[in-house]
Amino acid sequence: MTAGGEVVVRLTGITKSFLGVPVLRGVDLELRAGEVHALMGENGAGKSTLLKVLAGVHRPDSGQVEVAGRPVVFSTPREAQEAGIAIIHQEFTLLEHRTVAENVYLGREPVRRGQVDRRKMEADTKELLDWLGEDGIDPAAPVSGLSVARKQVVEIVKALSTDAKVLAMDEPTAALADQEVELLYDLVDRLRARGIAILYVSHRMREVFDLSRRITVLKDGAFVTTAPTAELTSDQLVRHMVGRSLDALYPDRATEAELGDVRLALRGAGNDRVRGVTFELRSGEVVGIAGLQGSGRSAIARAIWGVEPFTTGTLELDGVPRRVTDPRAAVRLGIGYVTEDRKGEGLALRQSIRDNALLVRRAALPGSRGRKRSDLTALLESVAVVARGEHQEVRYLSGGNQQKVVLAKWLAVGPRVLVVDEPTRGIDVGAKQAVHRLLRELARTGVAVLMISSELPELIGMSDRILVVHEGAIAGELPAGASEEAVMGLATGHGIGEVA
Amino acid sequence: MSVVQQKIEVARGATGGRSRRFTFTPTVTVYLALVALLVVGSVLVGVQGGVLLDQGGILNILTRSTVLGLVAVGQTIVIVAGSLDLSVAYLVGLCSLVAAETMAGSDGMMVPGVLLALGVAAVVGLVNGLVVTVLKVNAFIATLGVALILRGYLEENYTGPAGSVPRAFQHLGFDRIGPVPVGVLLMLLVAAAAWWYLRRTRGGYHTYAVGGDVDVARLSGVRTGRTIVIAHVLCAVAAGLAGVFLASRLGSGAPYVGTDAGYDLESIAAVVLGGAALAGGRGGVVGTIGGVLILATLDTIFDDLAVDPFFKDVVRGVVLIVAVALYARRKVSRRSA
Amino acid sequence: MTTPTTWRPRLADGTAPVLAVLAVLLVALAFTGPAYSEPTGYLALLKRAAPLVLLAIGQYFVIVSGGFDLSVGSLVTAEVVIAARLIDGQESATGWVIVLLLGFGLLVGLVNGLVTTKLLVPSFIVTLGMLLILDGAVFLWTGGAPRGALSPSFRVFGRGGVDLPVLGHLPWSVVILLVVLVAAVLFMRGGTGRTLVAVGDNEKAVRLAGGRVDRLKVLAFMLSGLLAALAAILLGGFAGVSAQVGQGLEFRAITAVVLGGVLLGGGRGSVVAAAAGALTLEALFSLLNLLGVSGALESAVQGVIIIAAVAYAALGVNTRLRLRRRAGTPEPAPRQ
Repeated sequence: MTAGGEVVVRLTGITKSFLGVPVLRGVDLELRAGEVHALMGENGAGKSTLLKVLAGVHRPDSGQVEVAGRPVVFSTPREAQEAGIAIIHQEFTLLEHRTVAENVYLGREPVRRGQVDRRKMEADTKELLDWLGEDGIDPAAPVSGLSVARKQVVEIVKALSTDAKVLAMDEPTAALADQEVELLYDLVDRLRARGIAILYVSHRMREVFDLSRRITVLKDGAFVTTAPTAELTSDQLVRHMVGRSLDALYPDRATEAELGDVRLALRGAGNDRVRGVTFELRSGEVVGIAGLQGSGRSAIARAIWGVEPFTTGTLELDGVPRRVTDPRAAVRLGIGYVTEDRKGEGLALRQSIRDNALLVRRAALPGSRGRKRSDLTALLESVAVVARGEHQEVRYLSGGNQQKVVLAKWLAVGPRVLVVDEPTRGIDVGAKQAVHRLLRELARTGVAVLMISSELPELIGMSDRILVVHEGAIAGELPAGASEEAVMGLATGHGIGEVA
Repeated sequence: MSVVQQKIEVARGATGGRSRRFTFTPTVTVYLALVALLVVGSVLVGVQGGVLLDQGGILNILTRSTVLGLVAVGQTIVIVAGSLDLSVAYLVGLCSLVAAETMAGSDGMMVPGVLLALGVAAVVGLVNGLVVTVLKVNAFIATLGVALILRGYLEENYTGPAGSVPRAFQHLGFDRIGPVPVGVLLMLLVAAAAWWYLRRTRGGYHTYAVGGDVDVARLSGVRTGRTIVIAHVLCAVAAGLAGVFLASRLGSGAPYVGTDAGYDLESIAAVVLGGAALAGGRGGVVGTIGGVLILATLDTIFDDLAVDPFFKDVVRGVVLIVAVALYARRKVSRRSA
Repeated sequence: MTTPTTWRPRLADGTAPVLAVLAVLLVALAFTGPAYSEPTGYLALLKRAAPLVLLAIGQYFVIVSGGFDLSVGSLVTAEVVIAARLIDGQESATGWVIVLLLGFGLLVGLVNGLVTTKLLVPSFIVTLGMLLILDGAVFLWTGGAPRGALSPSFRVFGRGGVDLPVLGHLPWSVVILLVVLVAAVLFMRGGTGRTLVAVGDNEKAVRLAGGRVDRLKVLAFMLSGLLAALAAILLGGFAGVSAQVGQGLEFRAITAVVLGGVLLGGGRGSVVAAAAGALTLEALFSLLNLLGVSGALESAVQGVIIIAAVAYAALGVNTRLRLRRRAGTPEPAPRQ
């Protein structure tokens, strides 16, 4: 199967080093008009750097960039833009306090008689929104009032407004709920149909197989292969990415013998986001919480943690009713929470691994003359953080290693209940497995683990039971190994009764 | 889209969409506060048998606003850009000296004097901007450093007023067009120009973008360094104008005329009072002028009431903190709503 | 960890450059001034520097936790003026006035901290407001000019000292300085100190880890206020009563802290470096003095230095990283 369309961008032999460390070593990439081309690889494989080379943020040390057959050298993002290349970055690049139109045309505002032509700007934005079938967004409204999904649409419109021929999307679904992902699929389809070449970077296998026509795999900065998607199986793909095949994808579930007493029990708990939440969590158990974004699944977790506490019902810990009014109370009761926003809420990035690992203990349990230095070292070893030393600042670590530090932070206080929210978001396959193993080992030591994830295969693979949340209430409970369809059925509110 | 999501969308639409236009923006708040202050002040002054808002009173408020207004308008631009200028107070003094010494009482030197003063200001602004953007020094430190350098220069070379402006040049400081002093017109003209720059030109759009999120601006192709440098130059030129105006009013240049009045921190206070975020990306000239008017009105009221001058500082401090606390409160309640 | 860690004495980031500059200045002093050929000259320098070092240590707590304290200069003035007025030359009043002064410093810090944390006003604005309030209030109370006088026993802290066998005359201010510095270092090495730095880095992460962010921030402001009071006691004794005694000290303290490589905005820097920054500044002024540079240029030099120090820190990061990486990955390269 050959990709149709002419070649719009061709990268050959791209190399790039930072401070003497090679990040890209001879990467080739070819994008054709109207194709969705997936770029895959573990974290640190060089995907982001390659995108930045394409976007004109970095200049390659050697190798050639060709646009429409002509060699080009981009020295600024603007030059890449002018050549028709647009990047949608992982983090939103929108200004919250400016309007949609102002964001879309930022840096390229149309000028008429010395003034920004606001009317034209808004009209053009409107036209692009209509073209995408997104006529519900007001070009004159401030971005701060839009939902995450709509912000993404604005992000795409911003990219398209440069007359982009090539659209590179870096983990576009990272912040989206499942249903919003469907909308994105739709959008990508429409863009492809209009002849735009799309470079799609994602960790999520399913998206890549659903969307892309060809896949390019990078490993450790080197080009591994480009192959038509139809000719690859997910096993082969994983092998290309990690260089070995990952035999058992998920650790074994808990046996009945490993399950202990009820650790955490919620009875009729609720606040203004969720209501009537009732479930029990036993020691040694990993329970998954599924649900669409906005369904209240994170709200339950954050209420247990005391960020937005329950206002009704009871919460029992080891059989004792407790009131958790703030995170401090939760931590002191032995409830840990691995946040979904690692950089924003989980880590103090400029502090050392050691200081981060000790953060909870120092912050919430001062005076606890806890472990000795060697114990902390052992703890960091047990979570297998790869770093130059305990004094390395965590901002220099990869996402996977950062997540391990977050886990270590909680392990250092020996929690009774650990709530993990999207524990593997944005981390690579190898680190994902390590996190999965860690969570399971933790459960084996008697910790009750409550796990939230948007990735259904992960949730199903890890959980001993799955609770499905729909519109702020628990819609049902599914046993280990339930099908994705069963979970989605409950999560969307259609499938109640279909599954026992 | 699920029902829940639609609900969320609707809810968000309600707060983020049309209704926002009718809420109390900081700009509206600051003018409401000004009106309230004028009313309360009028009553207080009235009780003591005076009148706050007669022609003289209004003139007094406007005149007091002139110099601070000029400096604060410039300060608005740098603060919107996410920067800050602590060097303006010394710069005002320096420019008054440059203008007065260049003129040296001669009519023919008026234009060169003004131009030279503004040129010097622009250079200082350029230095500020380059230190911030090229040397990557935090704006607080960069402009504090430049302020200290200017101070060293002034202390080394001047002990008191120097230079003199020709009588003709004093028209700028004392004349009126109709009932309105020329200086006030000058200030309003500068404010209008700054408003136009921030709200109508690409440079202004980029200023907001750089202040809002400098990385986003850069990724979007905005020349962030240039935008910040321009903001600093404009701010410095505004401060230079304030210096020139003061030279015209005082008849000579005075090295410490800017620092004695505390224009550095005072101008920042006025900008923040006007609803700008110190972090950048939000605020505007209109709000700033409101903040300046509030400070000037407070001064005038206290003078009319013959309040101890030191008490003014106390009240100013309290007003500043309370105002910013109110803005912060509003933001929080909106977020949680 | 997969890589073994070797233990070696470590200096926090940014400490080394300021110590190097300080060393150079001290050597330069020895060459230029005859007074610096013996320890007494350096002790005199320490004595002169003590108030600024104390202020810098206080300012460090606030800056490293992500704030600013612009009120310390006015606070110093206020404290000295209050002391003179209340003591009014009476020996007997010295004791309780000193207690009151320290309490007042703590109170001002408490108010700064509470307004910052509870009313969510940026500390720049809060302490700017506090600066205006203190300036106004003190002179409102004293009627425009400082009145009264300090007692001799009050002035002992700033002027006097103790005669020791080996060291000779050791000024009290140096003793106080050393005690405070040691206490500050111990505090910063402990859990609370580390958490305070983490607050400056990522407040939310600390709060969600169960930390009492507001309390920590208030504590930082209170320490700053307390140390400003202490600095005022030393300055009052050393320099006497005037309405200008604290003028510009806030900016000087901030300069010192920044010179010590502490990151404005919080999250990085060591208290030793901040103290060294203050000492460096004072040593530099002494040197300029000896070289016959006029006092007026002092501030210009301060201006150049502060910019250079921060530019070095900002521009130097990449360079330093490069050096470290070259030295090989598994072993942490020696910190410079």
